[in-house]
Amino acid sequence: MDWQTLATQLFPGGHDIVERDNFLSGSAQVDGKRVAVIGTTGHVPIGIEIALAQATAILKTVQEHPGRPILILVDTQGQRLRHRDEMLGINSYMAHLGKCVDLARRKGHTVIGLVYDQALSGGFITSGLIASACYALPQATIRVMGLPAMARITKVPEERLTELARDNPVFAPGPENYLRMGGLHGIWEQNLAQELAQALAECSPEDRRMALGRERGGRMLAQPVADAVRAGGDVRAA
Amino acid sequence: MSSYLELTARQRIPAMFDAGSFEEFLPPSARVASPHLAELDSPVSFDDGVVVGRGLLGGHTVFGAAQEGAFMGGAVGEVHGAKLAGMLRRAIDERAHAVLLLLESGGVRLHEANAGLIAVSEVMRAMLDVRAAGIPVVAVVGGANGCFGGMGIAARCANTVIMSEEGRLAMSGPEVIETANGVEEFDSRDRALVWRTTGGKHRYLMGDCQLLVADDTAAFRAAALDAIADLVQGEVGLTLEGLLAEQDMLARRLQDADGASEPMELWRRLGVSDPAGVPMLEADAFLALAARHRAGLQPAASGTGER
Repeated sequence: MDWQTLATQLFPGGHDIVERDNFLSGSAQVDGKRVAVIGTTGHVPIGIEIALAQATAILKTVQEHPGRPILILVDTQGQRLRHRDEMLGINSYMAHLGKCVDLARRKGHTVIGLVYDQALSGGFITSGLIASACYALPQATIRVMGLPAMARITKVPEERLTELARDNPVFAPGPENYLRMGGLHGIWEQNLAQELAQALAECSPEDRRMALGRERGGRMLAQPVADAVRAGGDVRAA
Repeated sequence: MSSYLELTARQRIPAMFDAGSFEEFLPPSARVASPHLAELDSPVSFDDGVVVGRGLLGGHTVFGAAQEGAFMGGAVGEVHGAKLAGMLRRAIDERAHAVLLLLESGGVRLHEANAGLIAVSEVMRAMLDVRAAGIPVVAVVGGANGCFGGMGIAARCANTVIMSEEGRLAMSGPEVIETANGVEEFDSRDRALVWRTTGGKHRYLMGDCQLLVADDTAAFRAAALDAIADLVQGEVGLTLEGLLAEQDMLARRLQDADGASEPMELWRRLGVSDPAGVPMLEADAFLALAARHRAGLQPAASGTGER
């Protein structure tokens, strides 16, 4: 979905989002309240400039509009794979973005991510995945890698991976699998404006994704292992 | 000198912590391995490639972890990530003096990619929770496999990164970039270029790592002790001022690097008169040179970015 169509559906109350070099920023009216919007479009690879632009927009929101909720619109093919980005420390730019989101959360901003098109590994980890809650549209693509590439790396035949992926959401791409594992809080099927208002209302700053993954049967070990380490006990199977 | 790089994760723990003080949580005897690797008929490890626990460092209770590069490159799967997150949460529960992370990782474990990706983000959030609780987090990068992918990002969520020259810190590995964009973009077999781009000296000069030491376990331990002693004096949680300073540093770096495509050119712009000689310098000589030329030295005395 293109971002203008998305914005029209998300913000019937109006918005002033602008796009510059695939970077989205602005604000919108949600349920009578102003919400800051930042994001990317055009499946743009996240390089150092666009990571910094997003971080700058978040800190500006923290400074100028204390407490204003922040919506991160995610559409990226992943981190930019260039020598220059690595030379200049793209991991530091990504970490900076993640830390800005974290600071906003701690200062009382509700931060929500929405994958409206593509989300891939590096571009996703410091945007949607560091938000307090992340959602996706049903037709979104979310993945680290596709099954053919995974077959090459793991040397497990693709047919076998496809078979395993039917029951185990850990292997295959897709929002349904991320939902089952707790990586997504929900998938927005229709009435996006209403879904957004509700998500903002019920968002908690706690990271409950391990518990969600266990409740939904998609990530059975993360929560018991973390609990066992934390409490000094044994891992209790579900 | 005894090399840190050549040690396994299980050897690094006693080399870094006070002798005999480390207690491991969920040790290999608990036999918690990755169910996903087993499903793929891949070898598993009973610690899933990471040691987590609590020990003494200079007499203080410090929580810690060590990733094992020899097991799947130290990559993060569901269990591995949950052990790290659980340890970080316990460090808050027990009001640890500090957390010390001995990182060596290729990032997300591709065999369980979706779980690994979510897990790394959980580790990042847990690290920032530790800092918000007033507990410093120190990351050490000095293993043969470097620190890449999501863990390269996580390292920069620590208060302090300690590296050796041999350590490598980045996001995408050279092989990944070469595969995606060709050998002209990044020749992964050009080892000198790989080190100039991702190695400890470059990261230290640019301000992405705060302490650089020789590849020596005693030097790493001393640096960890210094870093923690320094950090406990001040604010370790994220602050708006700290992040604005980091944003300035990162924005200035982009301006200063305009048109440059080779790390040596960046060093030259920092005022290093013989950039080609930098890779040959021993740690002490390099530090003496870096003291005059490191990026981010200009504004505040401790202007090494967000700490």
